[in-house]
Amino acid sequence: MIRTLSFLPGNTPNMLINGETLGADALILDLEDAVSPAEKDTARILVRNYLRTQRIRKTFLIVRINATDTAYWRDDLAIILPEKPDAVLPTKVSGRQMLDTLTAEMSRVEQDAGLERPTPLLPLIETAMGVENAIEIASYSDRIMGLALGGEDLTADLHCKRTKEGQEIFYARTRLVCAARAAGVNVFDTPFTDVDDMEGLEKDAQFAKALGFSGKLVISPRHIDTVNAVFSPTEEEIEYARLILACIRDAKAQGKGVVSLRGKMIDAPIVARARQVVEDARQIFGEEEDTDE
Amino acid sequence: MHIEKTAAAGTLESSDCLVTVEPSASEIKLEIESVVLSQYGEEIRGTVLETLKSLHVQAASVHVQDKGALNCVIAARVEAAVLRAQGEGGQE
Repeated sequence: MIRTLSFLPGNTPNMLINGETLGADALILDLEDAVSPAEKDTARILVRNYLRTQRIRKTFLIVRINATDTAYWRDDLAIILPEKPDAVLPTKVSGRQMLDTLTAEMSRVEQDAGLERPTPLLPLIETAMGVENAIEIASYSDRIMGLALGGEDLTADLHCKRTKEGQEIFYARTRLVCAARAAGVNVFDTPFTDVDDMEGLEKDAQFAKALGFSGKLVISPRHIDTVNAVFSPTEEEIEYARLILACIRDAKAQGKGVVSLRGKMIDAPIVARARQVVEDARQIFGEEEDTDE
Repeated sequence: MHIEKTAAAGTLESSDCLVTVEPSASEIKLEIESVVLSQYGEEIRGTVLETLKSLHVQAASVHVQDKGALNCVIAARVEAAVLRAQGEGGQE
């Protein structure tokens, strides 16, 4: 389960080597905005060596490559893909045509490297066209592991101001959640960019969770714990989910077709949600798998 | 690879190193400055020489200013500096 995806500059060894201690579920090793054009070559080699030698823990490692309208992205793929990152984060993904270009190059590199498994993609949606084509992108192929929203570039493309309240990206958020869920993939919210406003961060993350996001991108290590907490089930939620599953088990044993708990009908969507909460708890807290069913 | 010109890669920030390579007539000349030279000097030397060998560099003057970099960082900076000395990569 991925709740937090934390960006790390690809050319800063001190941050890279400490990255896995930060507590994020996924790290995004950034070859794009965090690396100046003059250092793209050194960052690529450093990230490659990091992937090759420093994978100590189980953190999900994603590499953000440069945009397909730059001179860098093909070299990014050529050097990074053979090291089998868990996923690649392409930027400003706008639709099928861009994905065709990108995946053709990926397949070529993967074939040359003798890789058996296609590298998953987590497209970053940060243009109006990308938002409008969200379902096309989310359902493009089995490579797509989820969608991620980039609110800063999106608002620039929309010619509007980015605010903490985020009304200007409400449509994009809901459209991405709907598209990703329809395609059966995860969906990650845009980062909260005020590093010091922890109250605002929690509110923003809770809103994203309420909309249906799986987790959230973070640009500051200080934001990781808060976002992890928001996207984790609470003790009460876990307890209630276990109770539902126990009720279902008992009902089956007694041959009952209709089940209610605390005066509320327990139907299929509620059971599915309970299973998801228990599974999330197992992944996050390492609790034993529920075998009540 | 032949070192055609002077080139550098890396920084002097903590956990990084700055590697400078220059043309040399016939051998590898290696100079290391490190905050952990007494403890890890030989390991750093081994990493640099191994990286140069993997890149088929037989003659170069190499200067490493280490600020506590891990081996994977040292190897990355040496490789980047050598590639830049070929005229490939980003900058000299």
